[in-house]
Amino acid sequence: MLLVALGIGIVAVLASALLGPKKASRAKLMAYESGNDPEGGGVGIGQRFPVHFYLVAMLFIIFDIETAFFYPLAVAYQKLIPFAFFEAITFVLLLLVGYVYILKKKVLEWA
Amino acid sequence: MPDLIATLLISLLKAVLVVLALLTTFAYMTLIERRLLGRMQLRPGPNRVGPMGLLQPAADAIKSIFKEDLTVTLADKLVYTLAPIIAIGMALTAFGGIPAGPAGSLFGENPWVYSLDAGILALLALTSMGVYGIFLGGWASGSKYPMLGALRSSAQMISYELGMGLSILGLLMIVGTTSFQGIVGWQAQNGVLLLFQSLGFALFLISSFAEVNRTPFDLPEAEQEIVAGYLTEYSAIKWALFQMAEYVNMITASAVMATLFFGGWKGPQVLNAVIPGMSDWPIVWLVAKIAFFLFLFIWVRGTLPRLRYDQLMRFGWKLILPLALANTVMTAAFLAFRGTGGLWFLGVLSLAGLLALLVMSDRVRVLWNQPTVRRPESEAVRAGGD
Repeated sequence: MLLVALGIGIVAVLASALLGPKKASRAKLMAYESGNDPEGGGVGIGQRFPVHFYLVAMLFIIFDIETAFFYPLAVAYQKLIPFAFFEAITFVLLLLVGYVYILKKKVLEWA
Repeated sequence: MPDLIATLLISLLKAVLVVLALLTTFAYMTLIERRLLGRMQLRPGPNRVGPMGLLQPAADAIKSIFKEDLTVTLADKLVYTLAPIIAIGMALTAFGGIPAGPAGSLFGENPWVYSLDAGILALLALTSMGVYGIFLGGWASGSKYPMLGALRSSAQMISYELGMGLSILGLLMIVGTTSFQGIVGWQAQNGVLLLFQSLGFALFLISSFAEVNRTPFDLPEAEQEIVAGYLTEYSAIKWALFQMAEYVNMITASAVMATLFFGGWKGPQVLNAVIPGMSDWPIVWLVAKIAFFLFLFIWVRGTLPRLRYDQLMRFGWKLILPLALANTVMTAAFLAFRGTGGLWFLGVLSLAGLLALLVMSDRVRVLWNQPTVRRPESEAVRAGGD
């Protein structure tokens, strides 16, 4: 499935590369920035971004691991109740402490 | 040994079929979307190329292949070319696990390309991989608008992926399996899961709208704000591949919602009284449900304005995430203390939760509408504003 799907993409790109016209000029190949060359220029050079994105990614990793822990618990839940319930609640409460902390620290604000 | 080769060939054939079917659906989705949006705005939509505009997708496809394929001087050539391929590859692969009928109903073969016991996990993993395509595409363009769009897009997608993952936990607790076939089978016996998990469904629906970058959450491609986001530097077929990935993701999200919450390929059992065996018609029901959700996607696009970026992130983190967690805990508590006996009561609870969500989204709008942190005015002025 994956091979076929990737193959479709590769075939499409190749077909377009073979069939399309090739009349590039310097102006055509400029990055889109109001007709000027980009300041700093190029991939990953002189580009700075708000730290929020980093924080969101960090939080995503934490909470996604939480989700990952929950999946086996959810699937086996009916065999483990009621013990599993209290276990899960403890885990959720621990994470909620962290969640409330980031709320109070206003990490989730984009002002 | 010949058996193995035959199996391989058959799954290869099925994969090709699914991919072609998805691509055709994508092509006609663009047409249907334009026509429907036209209807909603009291205009006809494309109706010149072929009867009822039916050849419009073909014209678009041919045009995008014969367009000049530009690579900006500053771009990272390899990653720039690879990104759309990753995006479309992951999007198409994610659909393969959806069952379109009972085992052996496709001319004696199974109507799915691959069947995993951890079907939902595989699906979530593949959608996460889709983020790579978008982010790498934006990064490799070597320009600032695409980079901003890609950053926004990846932050948004990973945020709402949490909501997606957490909102189906309650469902998994009830069903006790992560394979799509198991979930469809459970629903055929006990009634569709929408009844018992309406709150979870609402959260999943909202998350999947954000996950596939559709309005009201299509910030990454907000034309009026940052040109075309990560698509700015893409032309010809690479641009078309990104669009394709987006629409295919939309189809997959519809299929997943249909499978998880609406009984998948099983029709309503009541209809069996009218025409015997009607609820078992293969593929028909799944396609009908997918079509319904696709219509919903278009309808919402024609109705709602876009959220601002900070509102979007606050909405995801402050409303969807806690509510999904609350839904999980509620279902867990119910199962722990009442067992699987009176599930209808859980349905009532979920419905109450859904109503609370509707009421709350009005009452607590302040959570995401107004920033609670204000940048000091003087500092912004000193820095020359932004």
